Amino acid sequence: MPAHPPRTAAARTDQAPADPVRAARRQALSVGVATALYGVSLGALAVANGLSVLQACATSLLIFSGGSQFALVGVLGGGGSVAAAVAASSLLGVRNALYGLQVGPFLRVRGARRLLAAHLTIDESTAVGAAQPTDTARRTGFWVTGVTVFTGWNLATLAGALLGDALGDPRRWGLDAAAAAAFLALLWPRLRQRQAAAVAVVAALVALLLVPVVPVGLPVVAAALVAVVAGLRGERSGAPAGGRADERAGEGTGEGA
Amino acid sequence: MSTWVAVLVAGAIAYALKLAGHLVPARLLEHPRARRAGALLPAALLAALVVVQTASDGDRLAVDARLVGLGVAAVALALRAPFLVVIVAAAASAAGVRALTGWG
Repeated sequence: MPAHPPRTAAARTDQAPADPVRAARRQALSVGVATALYGVSLGALAVANGLSVLQACATSLLIFSGGSQFALVGVLGGGGSVAAAVAASSLLGVRNALYGLQVGPFLRVRGARRLLAAHLTIDESTAVGAAQPTDTARRTGFWVTGVTVFTGWNLATLAGALLGDALGDPRRWGLDAAAAAAFLALLWPRLRQRQAAAVAVVAALVALLLVPVVPVGLPVVAAALVAVVAGLRGERSGAPAGGRADERAGEGTGEGA
Repeated sequence: MSTWVAVLVAGAIAYALKLAGHLVPARLLEHPRARRAGALLPAALLAALVVVQTASDGDRLAVDARLVGLGVAAVALALRAPFLVVIVAAAASAAGVRALTGWG
C-alpha cells in the first residue's frame, strides 16, 4: 500500500466536502487542549508520590497514556514494588492495542509514520478519529488530536511537576485525595455501561478485601482478573462488548490521555 | 533508581501494546471474548485503584480525609464538572478537613 499523500493534498482530492475535515480539526483541537490540562494533575501527583520532576516528565513522554501513568505513580507512591507498578500500568494500556485495530484501517500508514501513529494511539485520538464521517476527516481527527494532546500533556506534566515540587507535603494539600479523585474521574464515564459498572463494583470489593492480605500493588492486579473472568463468561448479559470508539466519542472529557 | 526502572519498563510495554494493535493481524485480537475482557479491563483496574488510593495505607485499610475528598469528587462528577474541577475540589476538601479538624 502506498504511503498516503500529505493531508492537504488528500483533502483536495477527496470527494467529500472540506467541511468534515475542518470540523474534525476543530473537534480535535478542543479535545486536545482540554485533555492536556489533566497533565497538570498528573505532574503534581507524580512528584507528590516521590517521583522526580524528570521522572514525572518521562512518564508522559514514554508511557503517554494517562490511566497507565496515574496507575504507575499511584502504586509506586503507595509503596508497591516495581513489578506491581509496571503490571498495573501495563494492564491499563491493553486497551490501546484494541484502539490500534480501529484506527489502523483508516490511517493506512507504514514505516516511520506507523511507529509515530502507534505512540499517539490513545483514548482521545481514537475517539475523535473514529467519530468522523470520511477517512480524510478521520485521519485529520486522529493526527491533530494525537499531536495536540501529546504536546499539551507533556508541557502540562512539567508545569504540574514543578508546582508539586514547590508545594511540599502532599497530604497537607490533599493531593492524596486528588489522586483517588483522578481515578474516579477516569472510571466515571465507563460506569454508564451496565456490565462495566458491575465489573467495577466487584473489582473494588476484591481490592478492598486483598489490601490487608497481599503485598502493596497486587490488589489492583488481582482486580484485573475480574474483568478477564467477566469477559470470558461472555454474552450472558446480552450486552455488546462495548468500548467502541464511536460510542466513546460523545462521552466528553472523562478519559485521561 | 528502581523508580527509573519502573518508568522505563512501563514505557516500553505501553509502546509495545500500542504498536501491537497496528501490527498484529486483527483476527488475533478480535476474538469476541478477548475483546470483551479487554474492554472491561479499564473499569476493573480503575475501580481497584480508587479503592486502594482512598482506603489503604501501605498494606493496611485506613479511613481518613481522603474519603471526604472522594465523596466530594463523586458529587462533582455527578454534576458533570470538568476533570480539573473534580480534582481540585477533592484536594481542597481533604485539605480543609485536615486543616480544620486535624483528622486524617
